[in-house]
Amino acid sequence: MATVVTVTSGKGGVGKTTSSASFATGLALRGYKTVVIDFDVGLRNLDLIMGCERRVVYDLINVINGDASIKQALIKDKRVDGLFILPTSQTKDKDALNLEGVGRVIDELKQEFDYIVCDSPAGIEHGALAALYYADAAVVVTNPEVSSVRDSDRILGIMQSKSRRAERGDAPIKEHLLVTRYDAGRVERGEMLTLQDVQEILAVKMIGVIPESETVLTASNLGQPVVLAPESIAGQAYQDAVARFLGEERELRFLKAERKGLLSRLFGGG
Amino acid sequence: MSIFDVLFRKKEPQSASIAKERLQIVLAHERSRGGGPDFLPDLKRDILQVVAKYVEISDEQINVQLESSAATSMLEINIEFQQKG
Repeated sequence: MATVVTVTSGKGGVGKTTSSASFATGLALRGYKTVVIDFDVGLRNLDLIMGCERRVVYDLINVINGDASIKQALIKDKRVDGLFILPTSQTKDKDALNLEGVGRVIDELKQEFDYIVCDSPAGIEHGALAALYYADAAVVVTNPEVSSVRDSDRILGIMQSKSRRAERGDAPIKEHLLVTRYDAGRVERGEMLTLQDVQEILAVKMIGVIPESETVLTASNLGQPVVLAPESIAGQAYQDAVARFLGEERELRFLKAERKGLLSRLFGGG
Repeated sequence: MSIFDVLFRKKEPQSASIAKERLQIVLAHERSRGGGPDFLPDLKRDILQVVAKYVEISDEQINVQLESSAATSMLEINIEFQQKG
C-alpha cells in the first residue's frame, strides 16, 4: 500500500524543498519506488533542486486539468533508480490545485509507487492544504528558532483538524519532526534552542537533525539532492532521517560543535 | 568570538532559554484557542455593535468564549457596563 508523505513547515525558507528532495531520493536509494511532487504552484523550485529543470514538459496542473497524462508529466531521475519527479506549474496560481483533482492524481500514483512525497508550499492556505489533505505521514521541517517552531505548531494543528484523515475520523497522520539548520556551536553557547527544547515544545517524534552545512548550498547549486553527497554531514544526516522514518533505530549524530584551534578561538573568525 | 568577548562577556540570561520560555507561553495560549470556530471575532464585533446601540460600551467590556467538553460546547458571552450614577 502506497504511503503519502507530506513535507511541510508553515514558515518559508526553513528547508522544505531541500528536505523533500533528499527525503525522496533517500527512500528511492533504499529501494522504494518514490515520486516527489512539487505543490508550490507559481513558485516552482523542486525541479532546480533535483536538477531536472530543463526536462520539464508537463506539470501537475496539466495532469489535473486533463491536458497531459501522469506518464507524460513524470520525470525519471537519471541518478537513482525508481525515483520520479512531478513538477508543478510556474505560470498558473494556487487556485488551480483543486482537492478533487489532486486526489485523482494521488490515487493514480498510488497504483505505481511505494511513496508519494508532497513538497508543500509555505503558508497555511490553499496550496499547503492541498499538499497535506491526503497525507498518511508528515515530515514537519523546523529550524531551532521561535517563528519556525510556532509555525510548525500551527501546521500540526491544521493537519489534526483539516486533513482527510481528520475529516473521516481515520487514524491520524503520523507526524515526524525534522530539525534543520542546527548549529551545535550556537546551541552550546546558549544562543540557539536545543534539540530537546524543540522536541519538548512540539511533542512530535524526532526523525532527524540536519546540521547547518555549506554542502547544502553547494548541492542546490549543482542541482543534486544533498543526500547524494556522501562526504557531506548534512547528506549523512538525511540518510539517518530516512532510516528512522522507515523504523530503524539510529543514534543522533553531528550534535557536537567542531572544536577550533586555540588561536582561532582567541582571535575571532567565528 | 575574540579574546575581548571572553574577557568582557556580561552575565546575561542565555537567549535560547528566553526563546523557549516565550514559545511555551505563546503556544499554550494559541493551543487553548485552537480548534475553536473561526467566527468568534466576528460574533464579538456584531454583538458589540448591537449592544452599543443602547448603551455606551467599548471593545474591552465584552468577552466571548467557547468552551468545549466531549459532549457539549458552551458559548459564554460576558458584557460588563458601568451603571449610570
